[in-house]
Amino acid sequence: MISTSTQFFESDYQGRTSRFLRFLHIDPILLASLLLLMAAGLGILYSASDGSIELVQRQVIRLSIAFAVMFIVAQIPQHTLYLWAPWFFAFGIILLVLVLVAGDVGKGAQRWLNLYVIRFQPSEMMKLVTPMMLAWYLCEKPFPPKVSSLFISLMLVIVPTMLIAKQPDLGTSLLVAAAGIFVVFFGGVSWRVLFGSIFTMLALIPVLWQFMHDYQKQRVLTLFDPQSDPLGSGYHIIQSIIAIGSGGIYGKGWLNGTQSQLDFIPERTTDFIFAVFAEEFGIMGAMVLLTLYAFIIIRGLYIAANAQDSFGRLLAGSLSMTFFVYLFVNVGMVSGILPVVGVPLPLVSYGGTSMVTLMAGFGMLMSISTNRRLISK
Amino acid sequence: MPYRSHYSDHSFQASVFKFRAIVAALICLLMLAGLLFRLAWLQIVDYKHFADLSENNRIRLMELPPTRGLIYDRNGVILAENKPTFHLEITPEQVDDMEATLEGLSEIVSISDTELERFREQLRVHRSFQQISLRTRLDEQEVARLAANRHRFPGMDINARLSRYYPQGELTSHVLGYVGRINQKDLSVIDEGNYRGTTHIGKTGLEKYYEAELHGKVGRQKVEVNAQGRVLRVIEKVAPEAGNDLTLNLDIELQRIAEQGLGEFAGSVIAIEPHNGAVVVFVSKPGFDPNMFVHGISHKDYDALQHGMYKPLFNRALFGQYPPGSTFKPFVALAGIEQRRFGVKESIFCKGHYLLPGDETERKYRDWKKEGHGVVDLEESVEQSCDVYYYELSYRMGIDSMHDFLAQFGFGKKSGIDLLGERRGLLPSTDWKKRVHGKVWYPGETLIAGIGQGYMLATPVQLAVATAALASRGEMIVPRLLKEVHVPKDDTIREREPSRTMIKLRREKHWDVIFDSMIEVVHGPWGTARATGWGMKFKMAGKTGTAQVFGIAQDEEYDEETVAKKLRDHGLFVGFGPAEDPVLAVAVVADNGEHGSKMAPIARDVIKRYMEKYTSGSSTVSKAK
Repeated sequence: MISTSTQFFESDYQGRTSRFLRFLHIDPILLASLLLLMAAGLGILYSASDGSIELVQRQVIRLSIAFAVMFIVAQIPQHTLYLWAPWFFAFGIILLVLVLVAGDVGKGAQRWLNLYVIRFQPSEMMKLVTPMMLAWYLCEKPFPPKVSSLFISLMLVIVPTMLIAKQPDLGTSLLVAAAGIFVVFFGGVSWRVLFGSIFTMLALIPVLWQFMHDYQKQRVLTLFDPQSDPLGSGYHIIQSIIAIGSGGIYGKGWLNGTQSQLDFIPERTTDFIFAVFAEEFGIMGAMVLLTLYAFIIIRGLYIAANAQDSFGRLLAGSLSMTFFVYLFVNVGMVSGILPVVGVPLPLVSYGGTSMVTLMAGFGMLMSISTNRRLISK
Repeated sequence: MPYRSHYSDHSFQASVFKFRAIVAALICLLMLAGLLFRLAWLQIVDYKHFADLSENNRIRLMELPPTRGLIYDRNGVILAENKPTFHLEITPEQVDDMEATLEGLSEIVSISDTELERFREQLRVHRSFQQISLRTRLDEQEVARLAANRHRFPGMDINARLSRYYPQGELTSHVLGYVGRINQKDLSVIDEGNYRGTTHIGKTGLEKYYEAELHGKVGRQKVEVNAQGRVLRVIEKVAPEAGNDLTLNLDIELQRIAEQGLGEFAGSVIAIEPHNGAVVVFVSKPGFDPNMFVHGISHKDYDALQHGMYKPLFNRALFGQYPPGSTFKPFVALAGIEQRRFGVKESIFCKGHYLLPGDETERKYRDWKKEGHGVVDLEESVEQSCDVYYYELSYRMGIDSMHDFLAQFGFGKKSGIDLLGERRGLLPSTDWKKRVHGKVWYPGETLIAGIGQGYMLATPVQLAVATAALASRGEMIVPRLLKEVHVPKDDTIREREPSRTMIKLRREKHWDVIFDSMIEVVHGPWGTARATGWGMKFKMAGKTGTAQVFGIAQDEEYDEETVAKKLRDHGLFVGFGPAEDPVLAVAVVADNGEHGSKMAPIARDVIKRYMEKYTSGSSTVSKAK
């Protein structure tokens, strides 16, 4: 099994097409799986939006923009990313502070920076910049990292995380923190320190609870007992779980999900789109979709493992794992095992900002992947 | 770390990374497996549960109330219909500025504060696409004004709904009764399933008696709704079955003649076809507007009806128990000659009062005519309504044999008319007095009973039924308001066989004796109703009656002027015509009507119009069997 898949991974750079793709800094396997995922996503979106061609078209436009961004980022040499990392990070922190001071309020949170031309969400950019910064910092340090460098790494994670959590945007701060911590994990922190900090974190949960907003607390409480507030915050989870459960093994069929088509699933084109998918395609469909995601994640980790240098490895590894966190938090939330935090189903949920960030991340992965080969040949 | 020197820092890092990447990949797969396990739990293990929940989410059962059956008179004149009433309703989601809309609308139609308050309350609890009623029962002008201003108020609708309407109003109020909102008490007696979606139910009168016929069968539909509860489509539908239509024996024209004939008096007129019991006229006056009850009557209005002059809500034809007075005499006379206590040609001498043989107190039982009637036989006793004749007659009969004979005419028991709550009246006997009062019967009481006073009580319906039994020479029928039932489902007509028992006389000729004496009342030279008989084109048999409201003490002068109107005597009249072959028997009872002779023209006019309408010259009376 492993040998065939390895062969499959390795055998793709034969022939004229693959040479051309390599020239374009495109990883064909990653590209193919991303395209497949997006196509599936458009199909679900069409159903979730009550057959709104208009909505699907807008999503296609966003996907195209995201693809363009990915393609452009893929052309940036890994070394350039390395050089830009600290500057981007500093810039990002400044923007985050600006948002808190002078940002636009949308949906009760201060996330947006109005640049008059476009409204811009700096927290989104930090999903990429934070792991870049940590990779930049750790790849130069002696291996395995000393306690002092771990401490500095921790600060580099905590500062943007706290700034974003303050907006408040729990979902994004979680993803940013995860991205940073994955760099530290791949950077060779000892298992002892790793488990030690995990337990410390768990111990700190009550402290964290004190700092949470009431609505965030409510979401967590609702998770444990959705029926406590069936028409309020529990409604989302209850209806979503009913949708998934009633999908059964094979689902109700595309466009036939009653929970989806009759508005019972809230936010069904965005955060809860997985519930629509699970209702209409059942556990069989869910298995196929999760397998596709798993394939993309493992391909990302494979690229990371074969990266040219430490910076590329750490960044690629972190980006792949962040993608996984996206997926896990979203599906976990929709299926009622995690609290409702605003994390979209990556590359499927309707919406622009996260899509562009994600695809920029995949652009970096492709840059890292193709860089290695160009140099090694 | 001893191994570190064996490897270059770079390759060591790379191998550590590779290991960790594999660990990470495994953790990912493990967690994804966890997610799949969760999904399997929801989608396979608990599938049934969630499938049910999702079905319950989207499917709603809605009841479709049936249309209530209509009620017609015998000639197809509609008496109870379902009329669209117009309601002003608002769909909140379509309204831009609710306050401005409410203000603007209240300039066009009157909206009370309570209505506004109720609307605001509804606004809070209803979903925004559901219509909320602001004003009910708009009149035509209001509908017109609203329609003209419709463009100014998006979200405003004028909706028509069917509600019960009684076009004849007061005239039929005591026959039809009315429908009203279903209340807790109604719920305990009805099949709630069949009344889902129905708001009104028969409360009194025929509406109540024939509720089962009129209501119909509820329909059901399964609809698909979305999360907001909006109905998207009908999945399954069982149409409701409309209630059955009733055709009554009532003739609304005759009903009106009778009602108007009573004039200022409160009272009742009942007219019955003697051979089949068809109730052609059923008047209890005053009536009330039953339409007030359909939408809920106000306290003020209800109080006014409840305590108003003559109590308009009181169905005197059915619940009113009157001493029959002299209208009782033909029946007592028949009892006397049938039981051989009196010869048909036997006479007595009336000197204006009667002394009970063997009564040492020498109490005088007075005749209404102080100077007396002189020599009186049966025919004259009825014609002139001689009391002394009946004192003697009942003295000879005794109360119990009188009771037994007269019971055959339905006195003292319910007639069985198709209305609820009928009173049974009272036909006294020694048994009865012992049972109810625990006292012995005094012979003097027999005399009083003999002229239809004292304990003796009868409802107007009972009087009419007894008169009909006379008119048909012994056919004791059960009076029926309902003629036939039309079942719209299969377009069939159901009729009920008239039910009757026969009163057998010892000698059939005795009927003629009574007939003749009653004809004399109207057409004889001394007849108490002779004024009515003048110029009549047909012969009517009848008997006037005057029933005392309270006892006049011995030797006290009775002065109509000084007695308050409410204490005046009741005027009664029973009669049938044409005498040769009676087609209609009528009983008229007027509260405080002073004298029965004033009531005879009502009976005459009703019978006359009936004959004009239904016997058309030739006497083709529908003699059932």
